[in-house]
Amino acid sequence: MIEIKSVTLAYQDRVVLRDLSLGISERRIAIVGANGSGKSSFARLLNGLTLPTTGDVLVDGQNTRSHGKDIRQNVGFVFQNPDNQIVFPVVEEDLAFGMKNLGFPKDVITRKTDEILARYNMSDLREHPAHLLSGGQKQLLAISGVLVMEPDYIVLDEPTTLLDLRNKRRVTEVIQALEQTVILASHDLELLHDFDRVLVFDEGRIVADDVPAKAIPFYIDRMS
Amino acid sequence: MLDLYSPGTSPIHRMSPGAKILVMMLGGTGLFVFDSLPIACAAFVCVLALYPVAGLTAKQAWAQIRPLLWIFGIFFALQWWLSGLTVAAFVVIRLATLILLASLVTLTTRASDMIDTITRALGFLRPLGVNPAKIGLAISLALRFIPVLAQITREVREAQKTRGLERSVIATAMPMAIRTIKMADDISDAIESRGYRP
Repeated sequence: MIEIKSVTLAYQDRVVLRDLSLGISERRIAIVGANGSGKSSFARLLNGLTLPTTGDVLVDGQNTRSHGKDIRQNVGFVFQNPDNQIVFPVVEEDLAFGMKNLGFPKDVITRKTDEILARYNMSDLREHPAHLLSGGQKQLLAISGVLVMEPDYIVLDEPTTLLDLRNKRRVTEVIQALEQTVILASHDLELLHDFDRVLVFDEGRIVADDVPAKAIPFYIDRMS
Repeated sequence: MLDLYSPGTSPIHRMSPGAKILVMMLGGTGLFVFDSLPIACAAFVCVLALYPVAGLTAKQAWAQIRPLLWIFGIFFALQWWLSGLTVAAFVVIRLATLILLASLVTLTTRASDMIDTITRALGFLRPLGVNPAKIGLAISLALRFIPVLAQITREVREAQKTRGLERSVIATAMPMAIRTIKMADDISDAIESRGYRP
């Protein structure tokens, strides 16, 4: 479970999140909101990439202030632009990066690399230069790079924003099939209908917190 | 230059990265120790002959040289003017040989293997406070982001061209610098997110 306790986040004088308190125990939680509403900042709080100015974020009882590195292993993060997440020049090498950091043995790294590439039909791209992949393939590689680290939670920050329709559908299917707890920040409302809970952000506050059938119409109404 | 690793199972691919780097260093040094045109020509032919052995095509070899032709041209003209035709030919052939040799190493060696080797080789610097793993990661990032930065440059240039600013260095440099700094922040977060412990 993730607990957000009286969290405020400010960059100098600019307050981006205001006094948030909530618990996240559902398996699929969506975050929606206009640009600058604070949803990406909120997502970054969840694995300790950003620390709150006041208040605390606890993941399974561990505080992001004191256990950031441990929490980041358990809360995978997928960024909007996969180009900024792929660290190594070749697909296979990039998949191995996170596992090497966690000290996985070589045979486990090879086995898990084989499995994840096969799962997403990318086995023939094993030795492919990462910069020559399509946008969708890059995002799948970024998601795979997180999945091989076996996190319990996956936070995705607008993962389909830069993709064309075909790649968006493919990545959407992958996200829908994830077994972990998924926390998804997105403008893509079609993706959110089967989620358990939707948080609507506006000017750093949660203005709605409900099931998609109620929260999404509320958000659309608020934006129009 | 951007398609850094070319997968394969050739004897050169299978050589250990350390051995390849050592051969490259010895070869490079040798070209400066034995500075004569016939030796440089022989070395050039030998290095070129190693490309098919590594399963690489003439097109791939040419791709390593082609982006630097203008530099070769400048060097050749300067040396011809300063020291004569033989020295000009020698300097350019030696430089081309060095580039082909270094490219052969990068084309046949995975970045991760190269980095592991460099990290191990720099282990003796640990007592001096140097972290070889950080150096290895920095090299990997440099290799990975050369094509990404090239893509950003293309995008910025195209955007400025549409605004009639293709000749303005500042109009290209500023957005590039801003995007690169933003990207560096994101990459740093991504590396942290993936369990990296320096």
